[in-house]
Amino acid sequence: MTEQNTDMKSNGRPRLNNKLPQVFATPNGKAFIPFITAGDPTPEATVSFILKMFDAGADLVEIGIPFSDPTAEGVVIQEASLRALKGGMTTDKAFEIVEKVREKTDKPLVFMTYINPVFHYGYDAFFARCEKLGIDGIVVPDVPFEEREEVLGPANAHNVSLISMISPTSESRIRSIAKEAEGYIYVVSSMGVTGMRGQITTDIGAMVRSIRAVTDVPCAVGFGISNPEQAAKMAAASDGAIVGSAVVNIIAKYGSGAGDKVADFVRSMKAAIAALPAGS
Amino acid sequence: MSKGRYGIYGGQYISETLMNELYRLEDCYEECKKDPEFRAELHRLLCEYAGRPSMLYYAEKMTKDLGGAKIYLKREDLNHTGAHKINNCLGQALVAKRMGKTRLIAETGAGQHGVATATVAALLGMECEVYMGKVDTDRQALNVYRMELLGAKVTPVMTGTQTLKDAINEAMRDWSCRVQDTHYMIGSVMGPHPFPMMVRDFQSVISKEARRQILEKEGKLPAAVVACVGGGSNAMGMFYNFIPDKDVELIGCEAAGKGVDTALTAATVATGSVGIFHGMKSLFCQDEYGQIAPVYSISAGLDYPGIGPEHAWLHDTGRATYVPITDDEAVDAFEYLARTEGIICAVESAHAIAEVRKIAKDYSPDQSIIVCLSGRGDKDVAAIARYRGVDLRD
Repeated sequence: MTEQNTDMKSNGRPRLNNKLPQVFATPNGKAFIPFITAGDPTPEATVSFILKMFDAGADLVEIGIPFSDPTAEGVVIQEASLRALKGGMTTDKAFEIVEKVREKTDKPLVFMTYINPVFHYGYDAFFARCEKLGIDGIVVPDVPFEEREEVLGPANAHNVSLISMISPTSESRIRSIAKEAEGYIYVVSSMGVTGMRGQITTDIGAMVRSIRAVTDVPCAVGFGISNPEQAAKMAAASDGAIVGSAVVNIIAKYGSGAGDKVADFVRSMKAAIAALPAGS
Repeated sequence: MSKGRYGIYGGQYISETLMNELYRLEDCYEECKKDPEFRAELHRLLCEYAGRPSMLYYAEKMTKDLGGAKIYLKREDLNHTGAHKINNCLGQALVAKRMGKTRLIAETGAGQHGVATATVAALLGMECEVYMGKVDTDRQALNVYRMELLGAKVTPVMTGTQTLKDAINEAMRDWSCRVQDTHYMIGSVMGPHPFPMMVRDFQSVISKEARRQILEKEGKLPAAVVACVGGGSNAMGMFYNFIPDKDVELIGCEAAGKGVDTALTAATVATGSVGIFHGMKSLFCQDEYGQIAPVYSISAGLDYPGIGPEHAWLHDTGRATYVPITDDEAVDAFEYLARTEGIICAVESAHAIAEVRKIAKDYSPDQSIIVCLSGRGDKDVAAIARYRGVDLRD
């Protein structure tokens, strides 16, 4: 099949000056990526959780800027978003969290949020501040391929990668999305919203093979992963695992004192992924 | 720029999981539009089941009382299920059926769109689940029971402000879980393309009929058409065929709640700004960081923090005018229409009546104004009694 001819592969978009390439530069080429909601339960706690997650082996942390109406989220992240907003979290305060984190580490960070807070901040102002603070990418679940141009220009102008999502229903769209992907590809494991699932039935291997036929941009799988076994299984079929609700759930349960539990969880997830052989 | 644009507004700001479905929907809808069989089936149902065409009624007493333009009421309240919502539901459900869907989901505020969806689901033998904010299930309990009688499952939404926008959030989440067998019947001219276009097309039967009817009765076009606007489906339907008639004023009436200078309002054009939410770029009530604002109106059907993208564009271009109407004005108009014409209209539609009471005298008796009476008011009687401090329990 010509699709698998490496000559046909795109190397993604022009390389941006950010730290995303180093995320997957692990001994086996696989990464563990936890997500955390900024400001849940407090900005100070978020700063300390992010640092602890890096110490425990996280290769990249996705920081969620909470939105009032997170239509792609399951109940765990919905509630965390509302708790954070009730506590006074704002886009500016999320940037302040990153400022504090940057006093201690230069590890890769991306934002995950909805388009309206970014649009309202002003695309250029938002991404200029991202660049200043070393935010390497952004995941925006309500900006599909068709609408990305509006965000891509200002993001790239400030060396921020716009992370593309590919879902089990993408089918014929995989090719066009993957060809234009940059940073990494967020492979959505399941239909529906974020949240822990007993099992993931999608054939992730087949999705990743279709993606790899057209690009070398790494693929990380997210949605529904909650334990080391699932993380290992997903990362074995791809280049990494993204875990949000399971982390946020620990924070919901233990509040500001969740640091050690979060670190233990990240350590166990990272260990399961690090134990995988290279390649897949 | 992507498809489905009205100036800068519209678009398809939705999760990747739903994108292929939106393409399938658009393709199927375009195919249906051209198919004589589909059109004949929809026409038959609109006439024989929903009771179209709806009457254009000359409100003579109201005209005399207000002393100005002749007032006509486009009686969408007389449709089966008591509102304009059935026009869109019949159309969309036939499209969904052709797509092979077996399940319909919907959001509802006042319950009118939920009832219409449940009705059509019963008619076409489809499973139905309606999402409704907890606040709305409480204030519109009668409509909840009505939907259940029709065989629908009503799921109260406990998140966020527990009103219409939260019901939409939850319906979108459901849809992204079950997109294979489920069609999301968006009830207004909002959401990602092709919904604003498709819902407008199905509702445009209102102005198609009204334009013909007024020409028959008056021999000339009206000076103005007036409709209430939440998301804006009855208004879009009422405006659409009059848009090319540049001399016909188009007036949308937003819910100002306690007033546009208070936090308790849902008047998007008066108090909102450009944003991107629920699949579309449009105008929204939101804070300085783009967090969607809690909105308020006595009318559950207008209690939405946004407006359809085509309305935002009609506003920007000046083709339509949007005015805020307070709870007080709407309740006064509700009572006024009941006493003057013997018609108990929906409190949503009463917002349009309130505007006509203000402007009728600015026109001459040889001019006419058409008001879209989008729904009937049985569902609101208890709420109006509460508003007036009347205890209905015996």
